[in-house]
This record gives sequence, C-alpha cells and structure tokens, in this order.
Amino acid sequence: MLTPIAPGLWTDEAAPRLIGGRRHDGEIVFPLPDGDAAALHDAVPLSRTGTLWSWTIQSFRPKSPPYDGPEAFEPFALGYVELPGETIVEARLTRRDGLRIGMAVRLVIVPFDGRRATFAFEPVEEAA
Amino acid sequence: MSDVCIVGIGIHPFGRTQGRSGRDQGVVAVRAALADAGLDWREIQFAYGGSAASGNADLMVNELGLTGVPIINVSNGCATGGSALAAAWSGIASGEHEIGMAVGFDKHDRGAFNALPSDYGLPEWYGATGLMLTTQFFATKIQRYMAMFGISPRSLGRVAEKALHNGARCNHAWRRSEVDLETIMAAPMVADPLNKYMFCSPAEGGVALILASETKARQLGRPLIRLRAAVMRTRPPGSFEVFAPSISVNRGVSPTVLAARAAFDRAGIGPQDVDVAQLQDTESGAEIMHMAENGFCADGDQEQWLAEGRTRIAGALPVNTDGGCLACGEPIGASGLRQVYENVVQLRGDGGARQVPGSPKVAYTHVYGAPGVSAVTIMAR
Repeated sequence: MLTPIAPGLWTDEAAPRLIGGRRHDGEIVFPLPDGDAAALHDAVPLSRTGTLWSWTIQSFRPKSPPYDGPEAFEPFALGYVELPGETIVEARLTRRDGLRIGMAVRLVIVPFDGRRATFAFEPVEEAA
Repeated sequence: MSDVCIVGIGIHPFGRTQGRSGRDQGVVAVRAALADAGLDWREIQFAYGGSAASGNADLMVNELGLTGVPIINVSNGCATGGSALAAAWSGIASGEHEIGMAVGFDKHDRGAFNALPSDYGLPEWYGATGLMLTTQFFATKIQRYMAMFGISPRSLGRVAEKALHNGARCNHAWRRSEVDLETIMAAPMVADPLNKYMFCSPAEGGVALILASETKARQLGRPLIRLRAAVMRTRPPGSFEVFAPSISVNRGVSPTVLAARAAFDRAGIGPQDVDVAQLQDTESGAEIMHMAENGFCADGDQEQWLAEGRTRIAGALPVNTDGGCLACGEPIGASGLRQVYENVVQLRGDGGARQVPGSPKVAYTHVYGAPGVSAVTIMAR
C-alpha cells in the first residue's frame, strides 16, 4: 500500500477527487491552504475530469532538494488541467505522447516511488 | 518634479568570471559608470542596489570608499534591478537628491534555478514531486499561447537565432557565436516546445547606472538621456505565474501589462513611439508573448513580425539588440539594469556593429520574473 505524498491532497474514496479550497468570493484554489489562510477557505472536492489547458515534458532530473524522486530518472509529462468552473490545476500526466490542448483527462493516483503515491491526470480515450 | 537623466553607465561583462564574486563584478561596474560620467565616488549622494544570490550592495563601500553615502539594499526577486532603478528615479525626481546610483550584480550556479518551496510559501510535496521548475512555467505558458494564437515552433527558433546574431556583435554578451536556424531547430528539447538554444542560463554580471537631475546633467555636459518612466508592478488577479499549483479559471492579465500601461501613461507616449526595446527573454517564447503584453503588437502578429525580421536590428522595432538574456545569460540582480545600459548605448549611438540605424530617440525596457513581478522603463533623448 502506497502512502500519499502528502495528507489532504485528495479524498479517501474509491474514485478519489482532489481537495481544493473555496474562498468566500467563490474563487477556488488547489491545494487547500494551511496556516492562517485555511480559515479563509472551505474544503471542496474537485471534479475528477477536465480538459488539458497546457503541457510540457520534464526531460531532465530536477535538482534535489527540493526534488525527492528516485535517482533513476524517467522524463515525465506535466501540465495544467482545467476543471470546468472550478480551477486550473498543475499535475503530472500519465503519458508523454499524443498530448493536445483541449483533450479530456481524468484524475488518477499513481506511484511516485517505491513507497509513495501522487496524483496525475490521464487522457481519456475518445470513442472512435 | 525634476526630469531624471542617466549620466553614467558601467557594466561587468556577463557570463562566467572565475575568481571574482558577484559583488566585485558590481564594483567593477560602478567604477566604469563613474568614469563614464566623469564623477568621483564621493559625489554620489545615494544608491539603491542588490542581488538575488550575491549579498548586499551596501558592502561595496569597502571597495568604493567609506563616504557615509546612504545605500539601500534591494531584494526583489527578478525585479531587483528594476526596483532599484525605480527607487533611484524617485530620489531624484522628488528633488531630494541631485545625483545617485542604481546597481545590480549576481553570480549563480550552473543549471536551472533551484528554488525551495518554503521560500515561496508552497508545500513541500510541490517541489518533491518535480513540479517546481521555472522551465515548466515558461514552457506551459508558451505552449498554450502557440495553440491559441498560431505561433509556430520556427518562430521560437527565429528569436534564438536573432539573439545569438546580436550577441555575437556585443562585447558584454556571454554567447558570442552565431547559430543558424536549422541547427537551432534540431537541438534537443529541454521542456517542450523549448529546446536548449531557446532558454537563457543563469549567469554572472554587474551593471551600474548613475542618475542625475537635468540641471546636474547639464553641468556635467553629458548627452541628455531622460528616464521618462521607471515603474514596477506585482501581479493582478487571474495572472499565470511561476510556481503556481493552480491558476484561476477567471483569467486575467499579467503584471507586465500593468507595468507597461503605467510606464506609457507616465511617459505620455505609446508603443508606436518606441524605436528600440529590450524585452524579458528568459526563453524565446517569453520574448514573443512580451511583445504583445507590452503593447507592441496584437496576439498572434508575432508570427509575421518574426518571419519579416521586424525585430532585428535593422527592423521596424529592434528587440534585444545586445542578444538579451538568451545571449547574455541571466544574473538576476543585474539583468534588468543591463537592458537599460544597452538602451543608453543605443541612444548615444555607441552600439557599433549592433547599433540601431536611424538615430533612435525612444527606448523601452521590460523585465519579468518570479513570483509575478514586472518592471518597465522608458527613456528618451
């Protein structure tokens, strides 16, 4: 069983959802802030599905610290995903090929290293 | 308010200088600026300055002389130089002082900047999972911009090719070799769609600028190059900045748009009046987007502008005539002041092989960086 990379990022349910914070003016941010700012936000589970807003490929191993991934580095895709009417979140993407702005994606929890899990979005295969 | 003139400029060449600290590179720049203005350090009435990674500017008195001069240390991220200049401008425009200085210097390690989450109020997991890199921000911003406004990868290459062409003709630049467009397009990707020629690198360097009231500038017998505006702005709601775990669905403008509008308002001119511009080019896409954010063209027009060479030295609006960050590298504290230095060179007609033809009269600088700050200057002769 993998441990979440940090507590409070996603819900503990069969199909997890990211946990955002809604300000009193309606603006939603991710993640839910901690510290004094937490009092200004209500926790709100975010949509599991969205569209790819932009993307890139991380082709080299980021410097440590802060990067805490495995020594052996595999390039990965990341991007911003628009959750309609909610917020645009930055996340890893599960594949590097065929990425296209506007494509449908959904949240998945993926292994980060041998003991921890993180969140990512995977492209949803469109019906032919 | 007094008009503010730039009466002295000095630079320590950008790049890598082994065995010389960032602050010592700043001292070299100060001495060059004093010599350029024909002034002695004892005549400087105040200074603002700083660095991101090389310590405080006020320590420079150890080398320059213990005259008792007030020096305010500025630490404002990528806008450190621009903020120092804006503050120095106020010190003279207000009538408080007649002559002062803005100085910036830095010396960074090789490779991408290594920001830590705690320095930016971000949770540890954000850095731990590999999402906290400036390269990712620039890549995702231009990736979307290209899709929205029809900018081709070849335009990214044209910006890099121009930067290295100009840098090869500039004695303070770091990258001094031209590279042809086909070679640039074939280089390995760093962060899609940006490859290794399209990103600037952290570097070293120092720049000092001496400012004076118009009365004092006339006494010095210097060419009157007026600093018509020097403004700095932070981000408005809905902007897209580095190190953002989420951004608003209610999209807004960038801090660059705010700074550009404020600077044009203060100078009482518009983008069409500018003869030469130095725009933040952390990577090729940034220069393209900043052409529009600063008001020089509409979104998408850059594709045609670049194909026609309009931003080359002999074009209608030369951009980054010294090769910008792409050719000079980016010592954070000095970078924004380098742009002003280059504009003074151009307005004086001292650009040599990179001189903009036609005696440019109005020049513009723009710096942008973390965590969502932008500084703009407009100067005229």
